[in-house]
Amino acid sequence: MPSVYEVFRRERPGAAMQHAGSIAAPDERFAEIYAREQYGRRGESDALWLVPRDAVQEIDDFVDEFDLKYRRVDGYSLKERLKEARELAGSSRRDEPGTP
Amino acid sequence: METMDARTEDRTESFLAHVQSGGLVETGDWMPDEYRKRLTKFIEMHANSELMGVLPERDWILRAPTLQRKLALTAKIQDEVGHAQLLYRVVEDLGKPREVCLDDLIAGKSKFHNVFHYPTRTWGDVGVIAWLVDAAAIISQKALLKCSYAPYARIMRKICWEESFHILHGRDVILTLVTGTDAQRELVQEALDRWWAPLMMFHGNPIPAEDDPMVRWRIKSQPNEEARQQFLEGYVPQVWELGLTLPDPKLRRGDDGVWAYTEPDWNELMAVVSGHGPASQERLAFRRLSRTEVDWVARTVLAEAA
Amino acid sequence: MSSPSRVDLLLDLADDELILGWRNSEWTGIAPFLEEDVAFSSIAQNEIGHARALYELAARELGTDADAVAFDRPVAEYRSAPLVELRRLEWARTIARHWLYETADAVRLEVLKASDDAELAGIAAKIDREEVYHRIHAEMWIDRLLGSDEGRPRLDAALDELWPYALGVLDDELRPELVTRVEAKLGRSLPDVDPVPRGKHETELADLLEEMTSVRRSAPAGARW
Repeated sequence: MPSVYEVFRRERPGAAMQHAGSIAAPDERFAEIYAREQYGRRGESDALWLVPRDAVQEIDDFVDEFDLKYRRVDGYSLKERLKEARELAGSSRRDEPGTP
Repeated sequence: METMDARTEDRTESFLAHVQSGGLVETGDWMPDEYRKRLTKFIEMHANSELMGVLPERDWILRAPTLQRKLALTAKIQDEVGHAQLLYRVVEDLGKPREVCLDDLIAGKSKFHNVFHYPTRTWGDVGVIAWLVDAAAIISQKALLKCSYAPYARIMRKICWEESFHILHGRDVILTLVTGTDAQRELVQEALDRWWAPLMMFHGNPIPAEDDPMVRWRIKSQPNEEARQQFLEGYVPQVWELGLTLPDPKLRRGDDGVWAYTEPDWNELMAVVSGHGPASQERLAFRRLSRTEVDWVARTVLAEAA
Repeated sequence: MSSPSRVDLLLDLADDELILGWRNSEWTGIAPFLEEDVAFSSIAQNEIGHARALYELAARELGTDADAVAFDRPVAEYRSAPLVELRRLEWARTIARHWLYETADAVRLEVLKASDDAELAGIAAKIDREEVYHRIHAEMWIDRLLGSDEGRPRLDAALDELWPYALGVLDDELRPELVTRVEAKLGRSLPDVDPVPRGKHETELADLLEEMTSVRRSAPAGARW
C-alpha cells in the first residue's frame, strides 16, 4: 500500500503553516511531485510541509479536572472587583483634597 | 440490525446534539455507525461524480479550438481529478479504501451525479457544462462548507475556489460563441436545450428538510429545492440576457421571488443515476477498460512501495 | 535579422511540445492513480504552454498568430519528431517516451540557452526551469519501474522500441550526448539503430491533427473561439 503524507501549506511568507489535506504516494520523491501539483499548482502556496502520517504524534486529550482556570482569561472575573474598587474610590475621594 | 446498548444510545444522542448545535467532527472522533455510513456514501458519491465528470469533457481537450481553450479545459479537468483525489482520501480515512470505491464504481454498485450520465456532443456542451453544471455544483458545494464533518468541510474550500475558475472559463466560452457566427451561437442554444432537463434534476427531488436524515446529521444543511431556487435565481437571468432561451414554458420568477418551473421527471433521475442514462454504461465500460490497462502500475508500483 | 532557419528551429521545438502535450493530455482523467493524474496533467499543460510561447515568437516572424501556426498548417508542414507523434496510451511506453524526450530536450535546451540569440536563449532558459520538474518526475518513474519485477521488462521493451525515435529528436551532432546520458542512467547499452528523423511523419499525426482541428474547422477561418 502507498503511504499517506499529510500536507501543510503556507499561503505567504510569515503566515502559519496550515493543514491542507493529504496525498497517497509510493515514496517521498513521488510525494514531493504530487504535493507540488495538488497543493501548489496555481501559486496558491508559498511553501509546503510533507509529513508521513506515521510521523504525526497526536495529542488530543487535555485534562483539567481541578478547574485550574487561573491560567485562562475566563479565570479572572474583574467586573465585580472593579465595581467594588470604584465604589470605594468614589466614597473616599470626596474627603481627599485635590480630587475633583 | 445491530442492537444499540444503552451507552451507545447515550453517545449517539449527545453526538446528535453536538452536530445539530453546530459542533464539528474530526476523523478520529467517535461517531455513530449511521453517521459514518451516510457520510461515507455521500462523500464517495461526490468523489465518484468528480471522477466520472472527467469523461464527458476529456475528449474535448483534444479538440479544443485554440491553445488557450485547450489549456483552460485541461486545467479544469485536472482540478476535477484533484477533487476526486481529495474526496477519496477523506473516504479512505473514514474506513473505505480507494480501490474498493473504484471497484464499486465500475461495478455499478455506487452512484455518481446525473449530469455525468449524458453524452457531450459539441463544443457548445463544453461551455454549458463548465458554466451551468459547475454553477449548479458550486451551490451545493458552498453549502457543504458548513458540513458537520470538518475534514470534508475543509477540502470544500479548495474545491469551491477551483470551481470558480471553471465557471469563468465556461462563461467565457459561451460569451465568445454567442458573439460569434450564427452556427456558433446555435451550438450554445442547442446544447442548452439538451442540458436543461438534467440541470433541473441536478439538485434532486424536493425533500422536506425535517424528513432528510442528511440534514438531521448536519451532513447537508441545504434542502434540495433551496439549492435549485438559488441556481435559477442566479443563472436564468444570465442565460436570458444573452438572448438565449430555455426549453420550459412555465419557467418564470414569481412576485414572491420563487421560480416556477415544469416538474422534472424524477423517475428519469432515478433511472439515470442507477446506471440507465444515455451514456452510463459506455462511461462505466470506459472506466473499466482504462482501469484494467493501468492495473499493473498500481499493482507493482504501489504494492511494492510498502 | 530573422532567417527562415530561426522559424524552423522554433517550430521544431514548438511542434514537439504541442504534439507531446496533446499526447500526454490523453491521460488526463485516466492515469494509473489520481495523484499521478494531477501531476501528469500539469506536465501536459506546461508543454502546451511552452509550445504557445514558441509559436508566438514564430508567429511574429510569419506575420500571423500562435493559434494559426499551431492549428492551421497542412500536415506536411509540421516539424515534430516522430517520437511525439506515436499514439501510445500505455503507461510503460508513456514513461519511456516521457523520459527519453525529456533527456533529449535537456540536451537541446542546454545548447539553446547558450545561443547568441538572446531571445531564444531567454525562452530556452524559461522553458528549462519548468522542465527540471518534468525530468525529476520522469526519473523517479524510471527508477520505480526498473526496481519492479513487473515494471522492468515492460519498461525495457518500451525503451528499445522507442529508442530509434528518441535519437530522431536531436540533430546528428547532439545524438552522442543523448546516448551517453541514457546509457548511464540505465546501466546498459541500447540497440545501435538508425534514427527515425524529424519530418518523416507517422500516420498517427494526420489522425491527431484531424481531431485537433475538428472544432476549429467547423467555423470559417478567422472565427473567434
